[in-house]
Amino acid sequence: MKHFELIIIGGGSAGLSAAVSAFENGVRDILVLERDKELGGILQQCIHNGFGVHTFKEELSGPSFAERFINLVKEKHISYKLNAMVIHLNDDKTLEYVSPEEGYNVIKASAIILAMGCRERTRGAIAVPGYRPAGVWSAGTAQRYINMEGFMVGKKIFILGSGDIGLIMARRLTLEGAEVKGVAEIMPYSNGLPRNIKQCLEDFNIPLFLSHTITKIDGLDRVSGVTIAQVDESMRPIPNTEKTFDVDTVLFSIGLIPENALSEEANIEMDPKTRGPKVDESYQTSLNGVFACGNVLHVHDLVDFVAEEGRKAGIAAAKYINSQLEEGRFVNTLAKKGIGYIVPQRIHPVNLDKTIELMFRVTKQYKNVEIVIKNDDEVLRVIKKKHLAPAEMEKVILKASDVALCQQTLTIEVVEEVA
Amino acid sequence: MYDVLIIGAGINGGLLAQRLSKYNLRIALLEKDNDVANEATAANSAIIHSGHDPKTGTLKAKLNVRGNALWDDLCKELKVDFIRNGAFVVAVNDEEKLKLNELYHQAQERGVPSRLLNREEAILLEPNLSDLVIEVLDLPSTGIISPWEVTIAAVEDAMNNGLELFLDHKVTNIDRKEGYFDVTTPKGVFQAKVIINSAGLYSDDIYAMVSKQNSYKITPRRGEYYVLDRAIKPVVSRTIYPLPSEKGKGVLVVPTIHDNILIGPNSDIITNKEGKDNTSAALQYVKEQVAKTVKNIPMHTVIRTYVGLRPSHLEYDFVIEEAKDVKNFINLIGIDSPGIASAPAITEYVLDILSNMVPLNEKTEPRISRRPWLILNRMTVEEKQAMFEKDSKFGQMICRCEHVSEGEIVDVIHRNAGAKTVKAVKRRVRAGAGRCQGGFCEPRVIAILARELNIKPTEVLLDSDESTILVGETKENLA
Repeated sequence: MKHFELIIIGGGSAGLSAAVSAFENGVRDILVLERDKELGGILQQCIHNGFGVHTFKEELSGPSFAERFINLVKEKHISYKLNAMVIHLNDDKTLEYVSPEEGYNVIKASAIILAMGCRERTRGAIAVPGYRPAGVWSAGTAQRYINMEGFMVGKKIFILGSGDIGLIMARRLTLEGAEVKGVAEIMPYSNGLPRNIKQCLEDFNIPLFLSHTITKIDGLDRVSGVTIAQVDESMRPIPNTEKTFDVDTVLFSIGLIPENALSEEANIEMDPKTRGPKVDESYQTSLNGVFACGNVLHVHDLVDFVAEEGRKAGIAAAKYINSQLEEGRFVNTLAKKGIGYIVPQRIHPVNLDKTIELMFRVTKQYKNVEIVIKNDDEVLRVIKKKHLAPAEMEKVILKASDVALCQQTLTIEVVEEVA
Repeated sequence: MYDVLIIGAGINGGLLAQRLSKYNLRIALLEKDNDVANEATAANSAIIHSGHDPKTGTLKAKLNVRGNALWDDLCKELKVDFIRNGAFVVAVNDEEKLKLNELYHQAQERGVPSRLLNREEAILLEPNLSDLVIEVLDLPSTGIISPWEVTIAAVEDAMNNGLELFLDHKVTNIDRKEGYFDVTTPKGVFQAKVIINSAGLYSDDIYAMVSKQNSYKITPRRGEYYVLDRAIKPVVSRTIYPLPSEKGKGVLVVPTIHDNILIGPNSDIITNKEGKDNTSAALQYVKEQVAKTVKNIPMHTVIRTYVGLRPSHLEYDFVIEEAKDVKNFINLIGIDSPGIASAPAITEYVLDILSNMVPLNEKTEPRISRRPWLILNRMTVEEKQAMFEKDSKFGQMICRCEHVSEGEIVDVIHRNAGAKTVKAVKRRVRAGAGRCQGGFCEPRVIAILARELNIKPTEVLLDSDESTILVGETKENLA
């Protein structure tokens, strides 16, 4: 059985960034397995700009951002395979992949980085009532048809969900000559970036219906219409608030789900909140030598943060390969009131350099609150926040020396009433 | 002139065609849609019930018990999956416990394998039974199949052996002639000595074409379901029934042969035979009802909802007979639950009627047996590699969720009763049936269909002939 020091599953922004950083940290025997026909992952279909502001200090399109990493991988002669899909992952770090060049292969690695990204939540997942005709897609699939395959999905469009992909697609479809009749969002606020609300909807006079959802899709063969209604605080449609739209296409932009079938098969411990693996400060999962980064770990809002996480996972995997990662005493992180999740879920203080960055999301919108971080029951840090929203990932950097003092649990919570 | 013309390529039409292809007969199977198994057969609970439940003395009771026993051999012959995963009927209070006892005795009288279990015994076998469950009727002969796979396989097998299948042939008129019938479709007129009306939801309309006394009326009963994603450890391994009521078998939890879980159905009488829309009220009802029987259902893993229309009529029992007023015209009307479970026995029953109309002489030439589907996901690495070495398309993964290769898709396009639409591909190889619901593979499946059928990608259909997927190329709309 062929053996590699490091196998990276997924050649998108997380996987490529991890490959480059592992190489820069001394690992030479690397294999990246990418299931699509080119490297770059979902960035290749994101032809709009706005990528790379943090990483490269300039605004790039998705393919341009990807190209920077692809070029680094090629310059360093890091080996990769295309159309190569991992179909089984085992807890002994063997995996089976298939490609049209080589067929079916079982290989083994000292370390594995999971960088499979995420998939879109579908219409079926939220059980939207109505018929199931042609013309219903997740927004990313429509994006692929238009930007990669060169086909139009419809002429009159309605979009459910104001996540960024939905907003981007509203503009993209409009520019391609389609009529976007509206975007409905079940929450009283948008989950997309403010700049996308402005540039993708307002600039094109596309109405955004907040606190609305789809109550019926019509059309036996092809979508013939859609009905939306306002929802109450429990997200239930309010009678007599229905509006109908004459459309032939409905797109869903209702969230992303980390793609973890392989992690589950390998019996890696999962976090039900992130729907990704539980990891430690080194992005190591519950399975020794298996690391996770990017959207497979938790869904990010900016690709820059995905690449950064990949970079860190690459460094950690290099350390692991060189037997520089320690085990032993660890501290759990715990999301308390108002916090949806925290990554990482556990910290080995011994492995921290000088600092550790915790990433977390709040569960709802907040104004003028405090984020309180505690070591066990002792307040470690209080951060005042004017505005918090679930759509935006929050980060806090803690000193390694502070975390080292924690005995069991490091908690983060939102405190509304300032004492 | 056909000896036998079957109208409707659902599970009963398909199994009848397969059986009749063993005799020296010229047979035609007419289907209004562009694929077989497209109505009630495509959307139901997919259970081979044991036969414990239908009212005593009915055709349903007789044919269900008999049908259950015939499935092993039939599936072996067709080379499709059949699993006797067993079922529990659960009682949640003392009143239900009494009724459960009656059901147990009914099963015993019919020779249906059955036993009563107390809560402790049942929980050991199904740990996720709800806390309300106090007693259980265990029905180990209950099974699961894929009704559409059975039907597709049956039609393919029959075509290998002489059946003529006519898709997109909606029957618009039937004329009674001297000793035969003229069956009109928009694509031509067919002549046949005997007609079998297995038109399901439309069987009343078909019968009305030949009979003024037609007193049958199909009133569809709509059932709505959730589908859960495949799980490494599914919430139940057996089918879980509540106690049956007047409205039917109630809301079930059903493992499928593909390791999904189905939850449903409700039962609403509707008038629209095309009323296949999910309603929030029914989905809510299903969710509430199921809590009575099973706990810890991972509703966050729902990947789809669907609707099935049971072709029920005004009476309780199946109608399977030569029409009283039309000689050589056999009606299958009101084949609702347990229609799937009974199907092989319905075939036998119809064959018996048919034997008085046409001579049933078995063919002497050897039968061309159906080649099983290529399911690489179930093969060893070495077996898969051997497939790949024959054709590299078996190394191109198309469906990420269900692990379906391009080679498998191409294979089902070019078989008898082959796939012509995205949905037809999904039904045969499961590309698009997984957790992303085609989000990743649909563009690739469209490209393969276009290439293999020699049509444009914009001509590829999702399902029906009007269900165009792509409306054109980009930039077409821009002057």
